[in-house]
Amino acid sequence: MKDIKIQVNDLSLYYGEKKALKEISMQIPANKVTALIGPSGCGKSTFLRCINRMNDLIPSVSITGQMLVEGVDIYDKNVDVVNIRKKIGMVFQKSNPFPKSIYENVAYGPRINGIKSKRELDEIVETSLRQAAIWDELKDRLDDSALGLSGGQQQRLCIARTLAVSPDIILMDEPASALDPISTSKIEELVHQLKEKYTIIIVTHNMQQAARTSDYTAFFYLGELIEMGKTNTIFTKPEQKQTEDYITGRFG
Amino acid sequence: MDTVIKDTEKHFFSKHKKGADLKGNFFIGITQVAVLLIIAVLFIILGIIIYQGREKFSWEFISSFPTDGMTKGGILPAIIGTFILVIVMSIAAVPFGTITAIYLTEYAKEDSKFAAAVRFSVRTLAVVPSIIFGLFGLGFFIQFVGGGVDNVFNGGELHWGQPNILWASLTMSLLTLPVIIVSVEEALKTIPRELREASFALGATKWQTLKKVVLPGSISGIMTGTILAVSRGAGEVAPILFTGAAYYLATLPGSLSDQFMNLGYHIYIMSTQSSDVEKTMPIQFATTLVLLILTLSLNLVAVVIRSRIRRRAR
Repeated sequence: MKDIKIQVNDLSLYYGEKKALKEISMQIPANKVTALIGPSGCGKSTFLRCINRMNDLIPSVSITGQMLVEGVDIYDKNVDVVNIRKKIGMVFQKSNPFPKSIYENVAYGPRINGIKSKRELDEIVETSLRQAAIWDELKDRLDDSALGLSGGQQQRLCIARTLAVSPDIILMDEPASALDPISTSKIEELVHQLKEKYTIIIVTHNMQQAARTSDYTAFFYLGELIEMGKTNTIFTKPEQKQTEDYITGRFG
Repeated sequence: MDTVIKDTEKHFFSKHKKGADLKGNFFIGITQVAVLLIIAVLFIILGIIIYQGREKFSWEFISSFPTDGMTKGGILPAIIGTFILVIVMSIAAVPFGTITAIYLTEYAKEDSKFAAAVRFSVRTLAVVPSIIFGLFGLGFFIQFVGGGVDNVFNGGELHWGQPNILWASLTMSLLTLPVIIVSVEEALKTIPRELREASFALGATKWQTLKKVVLPGSISGIMTGTILAVSRGAGEVAPILFTGAAYYLATLPGSLSDQFMNLGYHIYIMSTQSSDVEKTMPIQFATTLVLLILTLSLNLVAVVIRSRIRRRAR
């Protein structure tokens, strides 16, 4: 690993008294796809939501340890959570477009950042939709409601919406779990294209998906990071017995 | 083989014991009677009012002043007065109620004791008898606030310290506040968490999320609350009894410090103070008809909007 984008040191997360993440330490490389895998309830999504401080929204959550993004601890008191979320975008499991037009969905982020010029917004909307490989499908119906799109289109629109605030890092929480195989392969292709410009961290239930799309894989189990390494290695020669059991389908 | 199947069919599809059937049918019968009774009461009330009021009910009736001690003429000032009342009331109650609802659903922490106290107060406010609001308006708005203003600014000369549209409207707005708060709260809660998270994840602040996602999605709820409040305010009489409603005025109110006529109060006056009951009666029924049409249609609009919100919430 050459460029480290995110350095995690002894990060623990508690829901009230319950410890849901246990001393996680890992390094996430820049401009690569890192997959987080593990059985349900292992903490992979919770960990993902630590990276853009989405867990702040849950009152009972407390976090210890460090989450360094480009060397800055994002849980430091002087850090503005709003700026973190602009730099670290997130795509959710269930596509969640706003009940607005396609155009307004993509323009939402730029608008809250204070961009008002119509020309500038037009440009951002077009580049974002192009990057999300959905421009050709949608360019003639930008004023239609986003809720009229198919599930796969909605999810790619949500990716475009995330790209519109020009983040460095994109977090994806099982982005294809609710989609059909064709839409899924489109999303996977997209992930592959996007890693040139972005650091991508993707949570997935689907091990083939992790194997296909990611460069690095981290295996979580019961709130602990069991093992992280090159995807190839993890899937062929894992060091830990638990990892091997999981990827060979012996549990989970 | 065939017979075996037939036997089981017979077993599964045969009728229940007679006793259970009887009890069930009896209960269904009771519910049907209850439903019919309610519908009957509604139709009898509506029927009598429409039948008795139809004679006087005309464009002229709703567009002219009452004359001859309310034994002739129309009810224009009462209609206008009611409209002014509900408009001023809404201007006061809708923003206040909406902001309260936003605090309760968006900003208050789940275990906040203060929010619990606010919720308790709102619920209590909703069951306070309306005449109490009337007395409160008289004591607080007219004597305390109005009287105070007169003492400080008018050298004790009575101007604001007496019943008028402003005090009546504010009193009415207290009565309708719970309706608005509950409707808006309900609407805010239908905005899914996913949409709020989507907004936060794009770097929006809480306020931006509220302004651009939550409130636009709750507009119909705010409208429902407003309409229900208006419909309630248009029908209540007790709160304005001492705070601004007038028996008879020869002119329409020109400022907030004027008194006003009101449909509900007008009906009350005609049924208790008439000089000629025979002649007043048809006018009274027609006035009731106007008030009913007003409140029923407002409620209908509210029901339609609310059912749309519920459908979206599902």
